[in-house]
Amino acid sequence: MSETVKAAAGHNAGGPRVKMMRTTLGQVRGLGSAKTGVEHWWIERLTSVAMIPMTLWFIYSALHLAGHSRLEVAHWAANPINAAVMVALLLTVFRHMGLALMVVVDDYIHARAAHMAMLLLIKGGTTLLALIGIIATLRLAFTG
Amino acid sequence: MVEFALPANSKVQQGRTHKAPAGAKHVRAFKIYRWNPDDGQNPHTDTYEIDLDACGPMVLDALIKIKNEVDPTLTFRRSCREGICGSCAMSIDGVNTLACLKPIDEVKGAVRINPLPHMPVVKDLVPDLSQAYAQLRSIEPWLKADTPPPPDAERRQSKEERAKLDGMWECILCFCCTTSCPSYWWNGDRYLGPAVLMQAYRWIADSRDECTGERLDALQDPFKLYRCHTIMNCTQTCPKGLNPAQAIGEIKQLMLERQG
Repeated sequence: MSETVKAAAGHNAGGPRVKMMRTTLGQVRGLGSAKTGVEHWWIERLTSVAMIPMTLWFIYSALHLAGHSRLEVAHWAANPINAAVMVALLLTVFRHMGLALMVVVDDYIHARAAHMAMLLLIKGGTTLLALIGIIATLRLAFTG
Repeated sequence: MVEFALPANSKVQQGRTHKAPAGAKHVRAFKIYRWNPDDGQNPHTDTYEIDLDACGPMVLDALIKIKNEVDPTLTFRRSCREGICGSCAMSIDGVNTLACLKPIDEVKGAVRINPLPHMPVVKDLVPDLSQAYAQLRSIEPWLKADTPPPPDAERRQSKEERAKLDGMWECILCFCCTTSCPSYWWNGDRYLGPAVLMQAYRWIADSRDECTGERLDALQDPFKLYRCHTIMNCTQTCPKGLNPAQAIGEIKQLMLERQG
């Protein structure tokens, strides 16, 4: 209900003080279209599909490697295909995680400062996690 | 942050019970949300016991009977009583629908009736839909074309082109879908909601309209369009059996298509 209607309906017992007289149309048009969102939506879907085969491959590899020595695992990681798919999986997982968490924040956190802080935390956190994973994989692949 | 609890002055309290007349055989209780902006009281739920033998088959029939015979202060919107005007949209037994199309028989036990969820209430079962109407206005739901119509003739459409509008022109704008959408509850000030997005697609899909690109431009926004997370409440609740979720999906497809 607009402020004017509220005032007319007697909500403001201390006397009507209208804070916003902007028309409803003006309010819903707001700042207009941001002309973005397609890429966010599409990459979220692409990464989710890409994760299916890579996750299956990862589970298979992890089961396969279980119980083996560090040297044997390093030997597995030294195979360029294994290292490449592992890095690709890490990039995909953390990209997807970041995009999806940002949607949750957009949905539920409306205060501007908290919203921005959460977005930075998500972007920074997922980037850092991806980097840690990639460096660990490369270290294993190159140095054993 | 999203508010998960009602403010203190919106908590719904127990109200009065109006007993059925003596001798009534098929009594059904109607538990109806009441709120009067003028009395300063919290909202409350009044119970009306109705003799179904002396009442029409639909929930709207019961509401009209209550207003006529039991409690003239009960306030609700109604007009056509045949599912065409969309006025009597309300939450019945926890699902948004049209009171005129909802048979009392389909509800088990007491019939719980509330206004459309998450909209400001004007009084009792009357929600304030100004924001939703303004959102509809904002997508410019009319034909826009630079090419003038043929002299003394209508703009023509093939049967195939016309068929694309089926399942959308039937929308009566009752906003049952929009008010059933959690995304609209949390972000209704920016998200357009299923009813308005389906109307937007109705004009995007119209072969006679020449502003498809501009229409897509106006929707390409994380909030206006992409707050739809395919929850599908809209399609499930539509009293006309339409599929707003599919229309939103089509808009998203077109957004992608024009990226190249």
